[in-house]
Amino acid sequence: MEGGLVLLGGGGGGGGSGSGGGSSGVSTNESAVSKVEVVSEASSYPAESELELGLGLSLGGSGGATGKTKVGTSSWGECGRILTAKDFPSVVSHRANNGGPSVSVSGTKRAAESVSHEGGSPTGVSSQVVGWPPIRAYRMNSLVNQAKAPRAEDDGIGEKDKAKDSFKKKPYNGNKINSAVNEKGHLGFVKVNMDGIPIGRKVDLNAHSCYESLAQALEDMFLRSAPTINSIGAEKEQVTKPSKLLDGSSEFVLTYEDKEGDWMLVGDVPWRMFLSSVRRLRIMRTSEANGLAPRFHDRNERQRSKPI
Amino acid sequence: MESSEVNMSRDSSELDESARGSSSPDLALERVLSLLKSHRDRSSVSLVCKDWYNAERWSRTHVFIGNCYSVSPEIVARRFPKIRSVTLKGKPRFSDFNLVPQNWGADIHPWLVVFAAKYPFLEELRLKRMTISDESLEFLAVSFPNFKALSLLSCDGFSTDGLAIIATHCKNLTELDIQENGIDDKGGSWLSCFPESFTSLEALNFANLTSDINFDALERLVGRCKSMRVLKVNRSISLEQLQRLLVNALQLAELGTGSFSQELTFRQYEELESTLSSSKNIHTLSGLWEAKGLHLPALYPVCTHLTFLSLSYAPLQSGELAKLLAHCPQLRRLWVLDTVEDEGLEAVGSSCPLLEELRVFPADPFDEDIIHGVTEAGFVAVSYGCPRLHYVLYFCRQMTNAAVATIVQNCPDFTHFRLCIMDPGQPDYLTNEPMDEAFGAVVKTCTKLQRLSVSGLLTDLTFEYIGRYAKNLETLSVAFAGSSDWGMQCVLTGCPKLRKLEIRDCPFGNAALLSGLDKYESMRSLWMSACHVTMDGCRQLAREMPRLNVEVMKEDGSDDSEADKVYVYRSIAGPRRDAPPFVLTL
Repeated sequence: MEGGLVLLGGGGGGGGSGSGGGSSGVSTNESAVSKVEVVSEASSYPAESELELGLGLSLGGSGGATGKTKVGTSSWGECGRILTAKDFPSVVSHRANNGGPSVSVSGTKRAAESVSHEGGSPTGVSSQVVGWPPIRAYRMNSLVNQAKAPRAEDDGIGEKDKAKDSFKKKPYNGNKINSAVNEKGHLGFVKVNMDGIPIGRKVDLNAHSCYESLAQALEDMFLRSAPTINSIGAEKEQVTKPSKLLDGSSEFVLTYEDKEGDWMLVGDVPWRMFLSSVRRLRIMRTSEANGLAPRFHDRNERQRSKPI
Repeated sequence: MESSEVNMSRDSSELDESARGSSSPDLALERVLSLLKSHRDRSSVSLVCKDWYNAERWSRTHVFIGNCYSVSPEIVARRFPKIRSVTLKGKPRFSDFNLVPQNWGADIHPWLVVFAAKYPFLEELRLKRMTISDESLEFLAVSFPNFKALSLLSCDGFSTDGLAIIATHCKNLTELDIQENGIDDKGGSWLSCFPESFTSLEALNFANLTSDINFDALERLVGRCKSMRVLKVNRSISLEQLQRLLVNALQLAELGTGSFSQELTFRQYEELESTLSSSKNIHTLSGLWEAKGLHLPALYPVCTHLTFLSLSYAPLQSGELAKLLAHCPQLRRLWVLDTVEDEGLEAVGSSCPLLEELRVFPADPFDEDIIHGVTEAGFVAVSYGCPRLHYVLYFCRQMTNAAVATIVQNCPDFTHFRLCIMDPGQPDYLTNEPMDEAFGAVVKTCTKLQRLSVSGLLTDLTFEYIGRYAKNLETLSVAFAGSSDWGMQCVLTGCPKLRKLEIRDCPFGNAALLSGLDKYESMRSLWMSACHVTMDGCRQLAREMPRLNVEVMKEDGSDDSEADKVYVYRSIAGPRRDAPPFVLTL
């Protein structure tokens, strides 16, 4: 059985288990070790809310047959999260949950250097499996060789075109290119990713005048079990009821990456200052957000450990 | 399009040359049969009767061998005395994705030795996934004075030194086509080895080599080869240089540009545009590395008669693609990167009604933060606008059953449907259901389907559908799919025309493997890796089917009983004699 990181939720709810973070289907010793590291690091910061962290057994989903599941399911829902893993099961756990091929482990075995990663989206699996996706080595190398200039660090001016020309192979800093500010200096869409969901979204910051409205929009966006492109239009509504994302009562917390590449909790600075420095958003599991304000560098470290 | 296998299983005692006879009817029949080009037709002809068999073998000039280990060069040479053109394929296809270790085999050299003795007038050699050394290239260059065409695709083992030897010695060369190989690129001097007296080149493709070549040598070469109709240069060639090449080669039919991003003066741009306007014969365009929207309009005059456009190395965005495609009404085949996104594909649907083939490659397959790329929406948009679409290769990160159902409803004529949802085992992202119904729709609707690659979360139901409906299916690729042996059994018992089956990381075991006993001899090959097959299962297969080669490659650290990689194929040449130590023939 895997030891998994357990989040016991704000307000003491959810006595459940379920592993946090890295939702790769490969249960390796390395992942257990790295989880422990996260726990110990987090505990050196003062807890922001009544969060208790501990190690517990991970409850797989229904994939008992294959015995290689990791991400907990039903227990999450009890904690008042925006979204449960069940609504958006991670790719890999779902594969196992449905009695899918457990031999995926052997497929990943060969990628000896692969380490299951924390917190990132489960699409990481595709980078850990040899020969997948099935693209000829020649073509891969060609695309890598076309990699352009690295992240546009200084200019907040959006470099959307440059971004798309950038074919970095697993840049450990993640894809920093898309700035919130486009060429004309107007704010536009920023990327939003949520832990546990492979597909990210975009949100139009222009459509909001305060944090509550933004957070509400994001909750709506990611709460829907069948998100469609059209739901972006919902952001136009300026709803101001308090958001679970902002008050720490949720399993998730809203964070953003600023111009310097640092990850910050959303809500700390005045709205306008936020608008001028935000690059992209991430709805992060609260377990990983401990110690986030003012600096959060774990993400970069984890990204570095990913194989090329 | 694959040709059928040559039916080689006849008794070799019939292949004595003296049995030919010289009566007129045979010669007349030979003359008639010499007009037959299709290999399937030739195979059929050879089975009619002994006279026809002989007439066919004497009139055949081209042989296609889909698996180099299915037959030996001696057997080929005995049966077909007059071959001038050979196509050979070697390694299993999954070797393209690093699933086959180095030095596995498929060495061309033993073939060349036999050909040198039996086919001294050999003119063409086309190899795919074979190993060819520089020594072999040298041997080729000196052994065949009439040699004309060399095509190497996805091969390895050679360097640019070997190309230099070909250029130096092959006085009658018409075609040199070097594509996507594991070549040791030591430099571009090979191109300067074509003698100044050499004028016969009609097709030159060195697009995938990286080193700089001597541009003057290339310019002179292109200038004096007046019959050149295919020229695909590599990235080292700039736009300005391209213009200089083109101006002396207005007869070109297929052009692969070099880098398309040079800073041009206004005058240079005008010259390029003017030269391209004069290139009225170009119907195939590729290359376009680093193409920028800025220079693309120069291509518009060429676009009007383009039928094949490959932008698979040009990371265009949707707007750039849309503008370009507006000028390409005749397009039949299009290859793009997923940087064009769904919007770009909408433009495909609206601008290219004659489109028959679409390939969308991922620009950044491993980027986890990506929310670019294409989705089901783009594919659906193309299907509405391009009803003639029959070949698709589509890499995406999300798909739905409903979308695929719509797509095949719009385009029921698919012959090749290769869908790669890049996350292994990913379900329908809207319903969270398996993608079974998607592929069910494909096989039910597309009755002409010959090739299918499946992906996403799939249960045995997908394979039930395939076995039940895919009556013309010849090639099936499966990864991270299925629930039990039953899935594979459905396919093996169901698809009458199945020739190639390649499977990786699926829960299929010995029962599945052995359910195909009756099938494997009618197939070219079976590949299974990271499945549940054991050594015992493979041994049993080998015992019961002596005319199959059952080969196992084991991985370090795996259990003794596991058969990590299994490659099964029919052969009349018996077990391999050149197998490396890690290939166990059972």
